[in-house]
Amino acid sequence: MSNGAILPLRLAAVSFAAGGRSIIDRVSLEIGSGPSTIILGANGAGKSVLMRLMHGLLSPSSGRVEWNAPERPGAPRKQAMVFQRPVMLRRSAYANVTYALKIAGIQEPQRGVLVHESLESVGLWHLARRSARVLSGGEQQRLALARAWALHPEVLFLDEPTASLDPSATREIESVIKAFDAAGTKVVMATHNLGQARRLGDEILFLDQGRLVERASVEEFFSKPRSAQAAAFIKGELPWT
Amino acid sequence: MSEALTAALALLVGLDAKLIEIVLLSLRVSLSAVAIAALLGLPLGAAIAVGRFPGRQTVIVVLNALMGLPPVVVGLLVYLLLSRAGPLGALGILFTPSAMVVAQAILILPIIAALSRQAIEDAWREYEEQLRSLGAGRVDAALTLLWDTRFSLLTTILAGFGRAAAEVGAVMIVGGNIDGVTRVMTTTIALETSKGDLPLALGLGMILIAIVVSVNAAAYLIKELAQRRYA
Repeated sequence: MSNGAILPLRLAAVSFAAGGRSIIDRVSLEIGSGPSTIILGANGAGKSVLMRLMHGLLSPSSGRVEWNAPERPGAPRKQAMVFQRPVMLRRSAYANVTYALKIAGIQEPQRGVLVHESLESVGLWHLARRSARVLSGGEQQRLALARAWALHPEVLFLDEPTASLDPSATREIESVIKAFDAAGTKVVMATHNLGQARRLGDEILFLDQGRLVERASVEEFFSKPRSAQAAAFIKGELPWT
Repeated sequence: MSEALTAALALLVGLDAKLIEIVLLSLRVSLSAVAIAALLGLPLGAAIAVGRFPGRQTVIVVLNALMGLPPVVVGLLVYLLLSRAGPLGALGILFTPSAMVVAQAILILPIIAALSRQAIEDAWREYEEQLRSLGAGRVDAALTLLWDTRFSLLTTILAGFGRAAAEVGAVMIVGGNIDGVTRVMTTTIALETSKGDLPLALGLGMILIAIVVSVNAAAYLIKELAQRRYA
């Protein structure tokens, strides 16, 4: 792997604690390119924190997060993240995508082409001139995906991207995520939604109380979970009762 | 009293030359001071909002405290700096409009820096993860936030202008209230009132209030429009 690819990503005994409380507890794993990975777990299991550790928004309290090709500060990133609640700048939808490309150091005329292509791909080209913040929740989330799409990241992290959306907006978002996957972007998504995990995932990382309890293919995970916690989670039982 | 009021209105309606001159000098001084204070204060506010450095909390507390600087104290300090024996005495600008601009700029710099720091830090809390995710460095982030909070910052700048236009102590000390040279609205009002020439004082008072009210109305409207356009 000397072609500059940032994958695989390796976590070695990564822990994260805040305020004296352990949130991620000695997680070790390797994520390679290819099929999409779903981080599954109950609320508070540490899914969001684990993704932020991977994406570099948080630093582990102990352990190491290593990419195949380490990121240089100031260099364009080859990974992007879409958050549960999209954060849009106070400018047009078009300018929001342009902004991301500028930060990544992409010049005109290529920039304009990428903005057009990405807004087109999420079905928002007709709203390009609209202020990003007056778009609906679903449209803003698609815009967040377009912003990520324009960057052509090698890895896309998604933190519960549909948690605050209605079913039809959720379907639209999911189809864009599938398109990312089809285009060869490695998708790593956190969700607590079993249906979504089934629809979009190829493999499952199951987190429980900050620990990586199980890693399995989707079929295996749902048909015969190995851990009691995962079995309980699938059944919809609350493991702490 | 009603006579004075009538006379004051006559001055206003007749666009009295002396009155116009005083109003224009006031605007020139205060607008220049605001421009300088904004040019320095906004980047300073952004840097403190986004930066992480030792003593940051202290800087914020001091900056907030400086918002309440008494104008006469600022006037005194600038007077000492600019007086012939002072460190900047060689400039020879004491008792000129330039000295008044310097004093007012110092007076409102903390206001603009402290209020913009607050607005930008609030936005930073919302944007931080997204901007860092995109790979924006601290300088990128500060510039982005300055632009994205532009409507709040406009209000901040206008608050600074209001303070500058309304203060009397600093410009009185460093300007000297010289007729035709450094006499502005507030110092004229103070002087004419003590002399008993109420029409000019009242007329200027009305203009001063009108300016402050229209500036604030403009700020409100701009914010309202921005809210509708950008949410």
